[in-house]
Amino acid sequence: MTQMIAFLIGAVFGGGLYLAGMTNPSKIVNFLDIAGTWDPSLIFVMGGGIPVAAIGFFILKKREKPLIFDEIQVPTHGVIDRPLVIGSVLFGVGWGVSGLCPGPAFASVLLEPAIIIPYLVALVLGSLAYERFHR
Amino acid sequence: MTEFTPMPSVSGGILIGLSAAAVFIFFGRILGISGIVARTLNFDFGQGSWRPFFLIGLVGSPVVLSMVLPSPHGFEPMGLIPMLIGGFLVGYGTRVGSGCTSGHGICGISRLSKRSIVATCSFMAAAVITVFVVRHVLEGAL
Repeated sequence: MTQMIAFLIGAVFGGGLYLAGMTNPSKIVNFLDIAGTWDPSLIFVMGGGIPVAAIGFFILKKREKPLIFDEIQVPTHGVIDRPLVIGSVLFGVGWGVSGLCPGPAFASVLLEPAIIIPYLVALVLGSLAYERFHR
Repeated sequence: MTEFTPMPSVSGGILIGLSAAAVFIFFGRILGISGIVARTLNFDFGQGSWRPFFLIGLVGSPVVLSMVLPSPHGFEPMGLIPMLIGGFLVGYGTRVGSGCTSGHGICGISRLSKRSIVATCSFMAAAVITVFVVRHVLEGAL
């Protein structure tokens, strides 16, 4: 049951990224290129996604317990620290250079393996570098 | 140039929001790809192995969808070097900053998490500056 639901949610998420245009790196870079060929589409992706996610979170809070798992596990501490900002800046530089964040990369890996696999290998290496040097 | 696509983008955005809402309601977890990937790499599959099954759905569905509905957006990637540099920085940065566009940008903002709002402003600003430098200062030298 859990596995079926997780699979379906992943499929809806992947379909959403594909339909939204998040899987085209140039579309992302054009969204970020305010001084050039600006494409505001990504605002519509966030504008469509955030309110719906917010309703989901509201329902979860009302219920106080998830439908399938036993307990809620979402971060609650609100500390703004250096790693949060520095890590996000590094992520933003990588996103701007490549036009890809992790979700869209996975969503397009089977469609464009020759382009995406090198990106994902580098992503895993970056993640391993973090584990090697920070833990 | 890419075409401005408000309708496909808002529809896709709603599907993204629905999946984030479903992870909240069914699992009580955050739909954050960088976290799901990092934990799966460490063989932390989560209750009922939900993480790898989520990833299988994510990887598979666009292939099936593309057979019925050709992408309204196309695929115009950067070169190999930007992909390698970008991939590494995304992999490293999302671990240091505890999240990416999905976990901070969609889920975090939807629950008004102060940390996620700061993270989203940080990566958006960094990405805008990066694209400005790459496109208008280096003029595509990368």
